[in-house]
Parts: sequence; structure tokens; C-alpha cells
Amino acid sequence: MGLSAALWGPLGLLLSLALPPAVGAHTHRDYCVLGAGPAGLQVAAFLHHAGRDYEVFERTPAPGSFFMRYPRHRKLISINKRYTGKNNAEFNLRHDWNSLLSHDPRLVFRHYSRAYFPDAGDMVRYLRDFADRLGLHVRYNTNIVHVTLKKDWQAWNSHYFILTNQKGQVYQCSVLLVATGLSVPNLVDFPGSEYAEGYESVSVDPEDFVGQNVLILGRGNSAFETAENILGVTNFIHMLSRSRVRLSWATHYVGDLRAINNGLLDTYQLKSLDGLLESDLRDLAIVKDAKGKFHITLGFFLEETNASRSADAIPLPQDDNDNFAMRVAYDRVIRCLGWKFDFSIFNQSLRLSSGSEFSKKYPLIRASYESKGTRGLFILGTASHSVDYRKSAGGFIHGFRYTVRAVHRLLEHRHHGIPWPCTEHPTTQLTNSIIRRVNEASGLYQMFGVLADVILLKENATAFEYLEEFPMQMLAQLETLTGRTAKHGLFIINMEYGKNFSGPDKDVFFHDRSVGHTEDAWQSNFLHPVIYYYRHLPTEQEVRFRPAHWPLPRPTAIHHIVEDFLTDWTAPVGHILPLRRFLENCLDTDLRSFYAESCFLFTLTRQKLPPFCQQGYLRKQGLVYTKSLQQHGVESGLLRDYATMGQVLEDSSRQPGDQEPVNQPLGTGHLIHLDSNKEEL
Amino acid sequence: MSSDFHVFRVGVSFVIMCILYKSAEDPLPELSPQKYFSTLQPGKASLAYFCHADSPSTSVVLEQLNEAVRPLQDYGISVAKVHCVKEETSRYCGKEEDLMKAYLFRGNILLREFPTDTLFDVNAIVAHVLFTLLFNEVKYISTLEDLQNIENTVKGKANMIFSYVRAIGTPEHRAIMEAAFVYGTAYQFVLTTEIALLESIGSEDIERAHLYFFHCNLISDLTQQCRRTLMRQPLTTLNIHAFVKTMKAPLLTEVAEDPQQVSTVHLQLGLPLVFIVSQKATYEADRRTAEWVAWRLLGKAGVLLLLRLTSWMTVTLQISNIKHLFPFRKRDSLEVNIPQHTNVVFRRAEKEVPLEFLVLTDIDSIISYVEDNVEMEENKDSDVEDPDLDIQDDEVAETVYRDRKRQLPLEVTMELTEETFHATVMASDSIVLFYAGWQAVSMAFLQSYIDVAVKLKGTSTMLLTRINCADWSGVCTKQNVTEFPAVKMYKKGENPVSYAGMLGTEDLLKFIQLNRISCPVSITSIQEVEEYLNGELYEDLVTYSSVSVLGLFSPAMTTAKEDFTEAGNYLKGCVLTGIYSEEDVWILANKHAATLPALLLAKHKDGKIESIPLAGTPAQDIVQIITNALQETFPEITVENLPTYFKPQKPLLILFSDGSINPQHREAILTLVAQKHLDSFTPCWLNLKNTPVGRGILQVYFGLLPPLPLLVLVNQHSGGHVFAFPSDQSITEQNLALWLKKLEAGLENHITILSAQEWKPPLPAYNFLSMMDAATSQHATGKAPGRMKEIDVQENDKERHEDKLTVKKEPVETLRIKHWNRNNWFKETEKSLKPHTEL
Repeated sequence: MGLSAALWGPLGLLLSLALPPAVGAHTHRDYCVLGAGPAGLQVAAFLHHAGRDYEVFERTPAPGSFFMRYPRHRKLISINKRYTGKNNAEFNLRHDWNSLLSHDPRLVFRHYSRAYFPDAGDMVRYLRDFADRLGLHVRYNTNIVHVTLKKDWQAWNSHYFILTNQKGQVYQCSVLLVATGLSVPNLVDFPGSEYAEGYESVSVDPEDFVGQNVLILGRGNSAFETAENILGVTNFIHMLSRSRVRLSWATHYVGDLRAINNGLLDTYQLKSLDGLLESDLRDLAIVKDAKGKFHITLGFFLEETNASRSADAIPLPQDDNDNFAMRVAYDRVIRCLGWKFDFSIFNQSLRLSSGSEFSKKYPLIRASYESKGTRGLFILGTASHSVDYRKSAGGFIHGFRYTVRAVHRLLEHRHHGIPWPCTEHPTTQLTNSIIRRVNEASGLYQMFGVLADVILLKENATAFEYLEEFPMQMLAQLETLTGRTAKHGLFIINMEYGKNFSGPDKDVFFHDRSVGHTEDAWQSNFLHPVIYYYRHLPTEQEVRFRPAHWPLPRPTAIHHIVEDFLTDWTAPVGHILPLRRFLENCLDTDLRSFYAESCFLFTLTRQKLPPFCQQGYLRKQGLVYTKSLQQHGVESGLLRDYATMGQVLEDSSRQPGDQEPVNQPLGTGHLIHLDSNKEEL
Repeated sequence: MSSDFHVFRVGVSFVIMCILYKSAEDPLPELSPQKYFSTLQPGKASLAYFCHADSPSTSVVLEQLNEAVRPLQDYGISVAKVHCVKEETSRYCGKEEDLMKAYLFRGNILLREFPTDTLFDVNAIVAHVLFTLLFNEVKYISTLEDLQNIENTVKGKANMIFSYVRAIGTPEHRAIMEAAFVYGTAYQFVLTTEIALLESIGSEDIERAHLYFFHCNLISDLTQQCRRTLMRQPLTTLNIHAFVKTMKAPLLTEVAEDPQQVSTVHLQLGLPLVFIVSQKATYEADRRTAEWVAWRLLGKAGVLLLLRLTSWMTVTLQISNIKHLFPFRKRDSLEVNIPQHTNVVFRRAEKEVPLEFLVLTDIDSIISYVEDNVEMEENKDSDVEDPDLDIQDDEVAETVYRDRKRQLPLEVTMELTEETFHATVMASDSIVLFYAGWQAVSMAFLQSYIDVAVKLKGTSTMLLTRINCADWSGVCTKQNVTEFPAVKMYKKGENPVSYAGMLGTEDLLKFIQLNRISCPVSITSIQEVEEYLNGELYEDLVTYSSVSVLGLFSPAMTTAKEDFTEAGNYLKGCVLTGIYSEEDVWILANKHAATLPALLLAKHKDGKIESIPLAGTPAQDIVQIITNALQETFPEITVENLPTYFKPQKPLLILFSDGSINPQHREAILTLVAQKHLDSFTPCWLNLKNTPVGRGILQVYFGLLPPLPLLVLVNQHSGGHVFAFPSDQSITEQNLALWLKKLEAGLENHITILSAQEWKPPLPAYNFLSMMDAATSQHATGKAPGRMKEIDVQENDKERHEDKLTVKKEPVETLRIKHWNRNNWFKETEKSLKPHTEL
């Protein structure tokens, strides 16, 4: 191996095609992606578009193999909203939970299904088209069975990832992007757990359940989906889980029980024999009697008896407690306990460990989606959900399509010197930029609390850079991650629900829940934009030890744009005006817009000009009013009709008067009660 | 005797009144003329009102006179009512009832008589009487010259108090006279009722009375002006007294003791103290700084220089006394300490408020800190209503909002979508307006755009279209439009051109019209060149382009041609450009005495053709040459063209004219321009008929609209001084030249200085952070959450706020945010209380 790694790169593909795989010979890729599911294809699309050297490895012959089998009952619960009444494609992505991001307008999911909850087969078709149309480099039928590290100081991350497939072929990668999802069914070990059929294999034909007593373990969407399918033919269904059911419309977390699946809740509460029980599965045991029926007992009863497991010999709870809830015998027990990440292929050296008790099924990663143990190893897609588990949408297509983009942007900067994309504008555009984004941005909307827009002020706050969808927990490292400088203060634009609004036991329909007054905006409950202002970039310490329940450290100032029933934050007085006042006070300047005539007056009567006149009028781009606008201006008292101005002097009302704003004459009859305040509907 | 007599003579109603008055402490003595004159003492002043007792109209005067008895007595002036009995022949008794008058005597010498209408109320009575008596102490003046004369006489001798009141006899006038009674010997009082005089010394708000303290005492050089301090408070006797006291106090005091122990007159008057912390090493500089600060804060706060000596720092004080004053101080420390970097100590007038240790970087921040804090206290006292933050103060947003229901003829422009955009733009030459439906500036401009479309309807080959970027943001981004509004022109086979002119009908129309031909247009014959230069070739376009530009090149000059073409492209829509590059170009070169490559500039106004050699001139410079040529030497300045003439950063010499300019004036200025006298200025004129906002400008300069025409020199770029050419001189070349010389020599006084005020936020914002804090601190105390919590919240907030005051080390900017907090807090309490009382 006299050749250096750098030489191997471009030659890799040729060699691997030309030569039979020799021992030790390997293909090099800058980026290797594991899994051609939605996340794998999504990152491939970005890499492809950027012209990077990458390859996706897929175990099966086609993309999206998960969706070929799952969900078992074929109905996706991610919404496919085809009509929103708006033309804005970016806005419409807020209500399209299935599409991946691409530049091809044909690759939008509404072209693939007319159903609001589409069939999983459509997703398979969509993913196949996505890979084909974009010409993504996917190596199918390639099962990566082992991943290990090779130290090399020349490598981007001082090591290479060495991937071995089922045939012993070896691939060397500079960066490894793991998008394998959660592929291993979650099992709970208790006596008799072997009697439970798994969600992954249980029959989906309702005929197989006619007249049966069914016990379902779990209370997630798969459990309820299974129940929904057989609800009409069983004697009854009992559902057993460790903790109470969490309804997604109460928690605002899409991973919790969706209303589309909750038919059983309805029948349970309407006394139709079905029921929900809470108990820790690990305390239980299932015993099978002679007739093949299943009985529930407690684990420690088994330990006590230590006898053979015939149902007759084992004590049952109803022996002492004759009203024990699960005293009936079940015909079937079905396990629907979800999935976990497959750690098995990763060598110890990668130090890829599972998260805390709370998110054990996910590998431990940073907020930048990079593994805590190994630089250059990123977890994407569903498996990356530990970052925002039970908070945001990062575990689902409509969330991780944005986090994948964020990871790609980080990589573009880290390895290719391309700074985080941004647009630069003069300060006069500050309010506009924010209003535009909060009204259309889908990434902010879907990944609320995780991805946030960042506005970096330039010196003297005369201009700013606008960065979209930055992982806000990485704020302290913003400069190194993006290649942008944040020396002169910054704004963060995030979307938030009210602090105490969401939760499994919260009444989200309480009276007076909607906030309409701008000054109460901070009490808004529904998802609304929140803008944080920092004079300095927060440090890592500040981010880590931020106040409880705060997504970010305490800012210098904060602004809430009041929640809006239509999620349309363009009301001039209800939304834009308070935002402008906030920005003005943060920057200590006047951000109003002025007609050319006013700027003309200021130019000749004052030494300083407001930014709008400086950046517009003085550059010969002043805004000239029409007759009717002028008339309105005079009526409102904000403009003066100089043509009729006589010899009699009035108090000059054209002073900005920041000292005594109270005395600033504002025309009478000027009060507009726009009543942005929407009534309880 | 006489009073009994009187009672019998008058009507019943008057009896009641008299009884009422008698109940007052100091009854108005009622005397007969004889009796009255006998009581007059030499040297003592006395006011007598002569009346016919049976006249009912006198009662009003008497009522007021009665009230004036007491205050006048305080000044040793007696008041009396004298009955003119019918048979009485005193000359002070008028013939008619309405001629009754009051007379002021000193001893038995008559000082002045007052018609009853001057004595309309007690203030007027006191003011008039004192004004008469203090004739020598209070000088009444009416011209600036008077003021300067008096000022000159007192320079080096005494200080002067100058005041302006709207009229004699007002409460303010009385307050000043009362002050003059006390301080008349110590200070020279000067009074005026002339607004012009007040304006001439630079006051802005001429609605109210003013009082200035002229510090003339220390002045030795007669050419120097006395420093002035304006009294900010309303003119009341008490306020003037306090103000004069602070003026009397030493400007700067040096102390070396605990700031908490210092006592000055300021504290007694409720004014804060500012200590400038100084060390030995920097003493001289600090003292100068402190003096500066002291002058700026005169009348607002006391300024002291605090010498940071070890002797003071180690003074052991009673800890119990100090603890609460220095909350951040270590408990076991025995010495009072100023935090290391503190350079200013602020002490409020209130007793229990702790000292504030500040680090302020410059004089301005000290001043603004003090002013903000003093203001805050003022706000607290007066129940000024909080400004309503929800009232729109953006003129564009408000006018667009008010106009929202008007139907615009939008159909005159074609609305594009993502689907139609490319096809449309490819198919025909189009102008596209990119706008956002929610953005006010866009929507204001849309109106002008529609106007243009209406004007061009059926005449233009250019398709006027628009696309709403709120809907089709993808298209806009792809077209590189990230700010709204934006206008782009798409022509077949050419790169799109962005419109960069005024967002108004006129300029856009010009842009579209001039783009009907593709500039630089190729001209192919000498005949055509002639037509082009005299404006016949593009007759209809000449109105939009005051100059026709023609590049002359011999066919081989490819680089020069490229440069010129680039310049022509750049200037698309601004000016007509053409190019001539045939073999016979030398004919034109000869005719216009040009060396090739050359530029011909044909100015249509005066029919002159200028030629400029272009050899080796890069495109950028060609653009510059052409734009310069577009500028006039003595333009009429308008809202639209000011930016062009403003750019060179020269002072503007503006001739304001109500209507067309006088040709003689124009001649005078053009002559001066020709003589290069005006090279350092931008001479221009403003027609109030075309640019009515000029009136607003004149008002700022003069207060009143002065007689026109009027020549003004405005120096926005350095110092903001405005000078006016004397209105009594005629605008001739000689007078102007002389005036400019005097200006240059600094011999002219400016009429006003343009405000250098920064553009700060017009109003505060909601301080959600503190509201959220309040809510959490309320939670922390374990109170049940709910709607009723709001009152508690505010109580907590108040405590928090006071806590914060004790450790106010934050930089000045955060104080602004706190200020919002305070305002909101009061507002909140007020609001929240209302619904709860109903519960």
C-alpha cells in the first residue's frame, strides 16, 4: 500500500470495478451513508447536489425497505396535506410530512398520493423515484456488517471508517453518516414473553382474531394501530403498558398517540369491553394453560413456586384478589413495543453508546448530530431523535429532512471551507426578514425548539447576515461550525409552544387559552415565533446551564410574536409593529420607513438620518407616495400637507422625539383597533 | 363711620360680597380719598383702587384685589380701595364708571396708573405692581441688540437672568417678578415678550415661558458670549428660587469623604449628586472632565470631584449604618470601598436610596445616565400616561393600512405565478415588480407601479407584470430578489436589469421609456447623428433624458467601444446613449473638435454639445463623466434629485423661492459659479410651489416662514450650521461674495444648528423578559397559578425592581430596557386591577 490515501480517493471506484476484491484492497469515499431510507436518501441528495464523493449502502435491493413491511397495516400517519390555500411551496412543506427536500418540484409527495394518510406503498414508490430522479449513488444489496476505525493522521478526522460488507468487501470512508433508523424490535424480558407475538410478524388479517380475547403490550402508535385493525372482530382488547397513554394532540409531539389511531380509547371510555391498563411489564409473567390460553400473573409468583410452568400449578393474582383486572384468559398476546437502534455492527472503537434511560433506544449524539465518541460519525434520521425525543419532529421525515440539511451544511464548512449559507441585508430589512421567515419557513415550524434562524449583526448594526435553521443547542460553537462571525450581537428566531401548554395530562382546550393582545404575547400557548436577542454569543457554559425549560440561555431581551389562529404573522399592528419596536430597542435605532418627502426634510433639517432614509433615499431609492397615500398620511397626522401650510406656526411634529414620546402629537382619530385579538372559537 | 355710610348706599348683593371679603384675614381697607392720601408714608408703596361704589362691574376687580392684599403686603405694599363719592373732585376719580383705575404711589408720588383690564387677576396685579417698582432691576427689552448691550455691560461684573414670557401679567411673569424682588440686586434681570428674541438665542419650544441664566460674571473678554443655562422646570416662584440657588452653588466641589456623608444644596433641592472619581495621577484631567460634566448638568444635578485617597477609603464607619448601602460589600470588611473600576458615583436625592457605582466611558454617557434617571423620577411623579405602543408610528405602514380597502386597478398589470413567470418573461420584454403582500413599502410602491401601468396602457411594448413573493417565494429567490420591493426588466437575449431609481411613478416611467430603445443605440449615418444630437431622432424620449450621449469611435477601437458599451449598459434607463463607429467618424470628430475616441454630450436645454476625449477611460469613469454631465450647475432641488446633489458632501447653498426664481438672482449665482467662488458649495434653488416641503424646512430654520426669496447655507456635513443671507440685502453678486467671505472668516452668526440627535427608537418595546421573570418568581413563592396571580406578580416585580436598583452596575443600554419595565409595570397594575374588581 504505497499509495497515499489522497490518491486512492479518485481511483477508488475504478479500482473496485476493475479488480477483484483483494484482501486489504478497499474503495475510498469521502462520505459513506448507511441506509437508503428517507434520511439516507436525503443526505445523499444534498451531497450529490454539492458534488461530493459519496456512496449510500443499502442492505436490500431497493430504497425504503422499512416501508415495504411497516407499518404493518400500511397506513402512514404522517399527513399528506395537498391543499393549504397557499401557493408558497416553502409554507406548504409545513403541512407535508412525507416529502424529502430537493430542487425537483416533481418530487413532492402530493404527486404520489391523494390520501391524507397515505399508503406505505406510496412512500416506497416515492423513495425509489427520489433516488432515481436525482441519480443518487446507492449501492444496493450491500449489507454493512462491521464498522471499525483506522487511525490515520492524514484523514479529515484523523481516522477513517472501515466498512465491511457481507461479502467481505471493505470500504474506507472519511465521514460516516448512519441513517439506519431503528431496526431492532424492542423486547422486554419477562417469564412467558416468548408467548407474545411481535408486531413485526403478527397477522394483519382481522379474520384471524374473530371472537378472541386479545392482550396488547405497549401503548404506542403501533399498538393502537394493531388494535384498530381488529377492534371490530375481537371479544375485547386489553392494552397494557408501563405508563399512561400520551396523546399527541395534548403533548404536541407527533410520536405520541395520534388521534387517527385512538379508536380503542373511544370504545374503552364508552364502556365497550376494551380497556387500558398500566403496569410495568417486567413485573408480569404469562403462563399458558392446557387449552392454550394465556393467563397473566406476577413475576415473583413464579420465583416463589419455582415449579414447572403449568397454569394450574402457578398462583394467579385472582387467587387472592378475586377482582384482579386481568383475570380472564387471553387467546393472544401481541407485543407492540417499538424499535431500537442496531448497535451490533459498530466496533467498540467507535464508542457508540446508547443514551440515557430515557432514550436508551437511540445512540448518544451531540446537538450537531455527531457521535459523542467519534469525530466524523453522524447519526441521521430516526436514530438521531435523542436530540429532541418527545419534543420536536427530529425522529420523523418532516423533521429530520431539515436536521440532515443542517448536518450537511456543517460538513460543507468543516471539510470544504464553504461557510453556512446566508444572505446579507441592511438593517432596514431586519423586520422584513424575520416576518418573511416566520410566515413561510417550514424548518423552523417543524423543528421548533431544535433548529432556529440566526441573525448575526454587523458592526454598528448597519447590516446583518441571516442564517437559516441552525441547531440552536450548538449556539456557543456557531462561529466554528458556520464560519461566520458573531461579534456584534445576534438574534435567534425560534418557534415555541407556551411553556406550560403541552403535556400528557394538560387540558389543551382550556377556556381563555388563546392570547390576542400583543402585550400578553409572552403567554401565547400555541406555536408562535420567539426572538431572542444576545449582545454576545452565549458560551458553552451558558447554553448548558441555561434556566430550566428554556431552549436557550437567558437573553438580553426577548420578544414573542403573539400566537395567531391562522399562523399568519403579518398583521401590521398586531405582529409587525411590536416586533419592530423590539428590534429598535435592541439596536437602539429607529427602524421606521419614511416616504421620500420626509427623508428630504430630514436631510436638510437634521445632521443624522434614520436608517431607512440613509439606505434608501440617499441612494436614490426613496419611496414616493401617491396622492391617496399622502392624503391618508395627513389624516393620520403622520404626514403634513406642506402645500397648505400657512404662516401660522405649529409645533413641529416631525421630530422623532425619543425623549418625550408622550408629547409627540399623533393625529386624533388615529387609534386603529385592529383587534388582532381573535375570539375564542 | 364711612363704612356704615357705605353699607347704606349699596345694593344687597354687594353687601353679601363685602361680608365675604371681610371674612378674609386681610380685609381691603376702604377709604375716602382724603383719608387715603393722609395715610401715605414717604418711601412706602401703595396701590389704590378708585371706584364708584355703586358700579357692579368693579366686583371682579375687587375680588382679585382682595386676594392680592396679602401677597403685596409681603413685599411691603399696602392696598386700599378708595371711594369716589359723587361730590368728590379728586382727579383720580374717573368720570365714567368704566374709567375707574388703580394707581400705584410711592410716598405720595404717583408711579403708575393701571386700567382695570390690566388687573384681570391676582397674578396680574402682583406682577404689574412689582414690575413697576422694580423698574430699574428688571430691564424690559424687545430686540436682540438690547440684550447684547445689557449682556456686555454686565460681563465680568454680574450674572444675568433673562426671561421670556408670553405676556405681562401672566403667572410666569409674576413668578419672575417675585424672584427679581429677592434677587434683583444680585443679578441683572432682563425680561422680554418678544418671541423673535427668544428664537434668536436658539430656543426651540417657543410656546412656553423661558428663563435663562447667563453666566457673565466670569467673563473677562467682551467678545466672548456668556454661557447660558436654560431652566427646564416650569416657571414658578419656587422653581426659580431653586434654580437660582443651584446656579449660585459652586460649579464643582472637591470632596474626599464618603459620598453618602456629603451634603450640598442640590440634595436639599431634590437634585442628585454625581461624583467623578479621581486619583492623584489623573487629577488634572479628571477635574477638566468634571467641569465639563458640571456645565452640562448645571441645574440638573450637583457635580463633585471625589478624590480617591487612602485616608477616605480606610475611614472606619459604623457598619450598621453602611450595610444596607453597600449590599455587595463583604460583611466583614470594615472600610467603605468604591469598586475597583468605578469612575462615577451617583447619589440620588432620596435619603434611603443607596449609592450607585458606575463605570461610564464618556461624558455623554454620564449626562444621559443622569438625565435618564432624573427623567424617570419626573415621570414617576407626574402621572404622565404611558405611550400606547400599539399605535402605528410608521407613516408608510399606516398610510398603506388606511388605504387597504381601496380597489386598485390591478388588472392593468399581469400577475405572474411560478408556472407563468418564465414563459412570460421569455416571450416578451417585461418589467416585473417583485413585492410582498404583507410588506407596507412594497404595497405603497405597488400603487405607483399601477399608476405607471395606467399611463403606459396601450402605448408601450413593455409588458408590466408583478409577482407576489409572499406566494411565490421560490421564484423570487431564484431571481435573486431577497428584499422587497424590487423591479427588474427582462429583455430577450439580455441579462435582466435591476431598476435602482426612486420608487415612484416619475422615475420608473423614465426608466421604462428610456429602455424602449436598447442603449447604447447604434447609429449608422452622419445624418442620424445630427438628428440624435439635436433630439429629433428620439423626440419622445428627450423629455426623459436631458442629455444625449454619443460615443465616437473609429471602427478599430474595440476596447474603447467595449468600455463605452459597458457604461451605456450600466446607465440604461438613466440617460440616452448612442454609439457611432463608422469609417467617416472623422467628419464628426472634426466638426466637434474631438480627438477619438470621444464622448459628445448634447444638452437639450441649451442646445450645447460638449466633447470629452475618452482615450483609455475605463467604463466606470465613463459612467462618472456622464453622470456628472447630467448634473446642473444651479439646479432646482427637488425631493427626487436631492440625493444626487447631496452626495458630494458639500454645504448646500439654497435659494428658497415661492415660485420661479428671479432671473437676476440666477444670474448672480451663475456669475459666482463661473468665478469659482462657489466651488466649495453646491448651489441650488428650491421652488416651494414644486416642493412644498420646503416650508417645513424653512420652519425648522427660522421658526416662522420668512419672506422669500431667501438664501440659506446649510452645512449638514460639518456641524450642521445654517446661515441665512441677510434679508435686508438684495441678492447680488457683490453682496453674496462679501457674505461668503464673511462666512469663511467666521464673522457671520448661524441662525440655527441642525439637530444632531440620533434616531433612537421612537417608543419602548414590551419587556417580555421581565414579565416572564415576574411570573416565575411568583411561581417560586408557591402561590397557586391562575388568573388572579397578576396582582401578586406585580408586587413581586416591584420588589425585584427595587432589588435591582441596589446593584446597578449594568451598562447604560440595559437601563433602557429596565425603563420599559417600569412603565409597563404601572400600566399592568392599572389594567389588571380593573377586571378583578368585577370578579
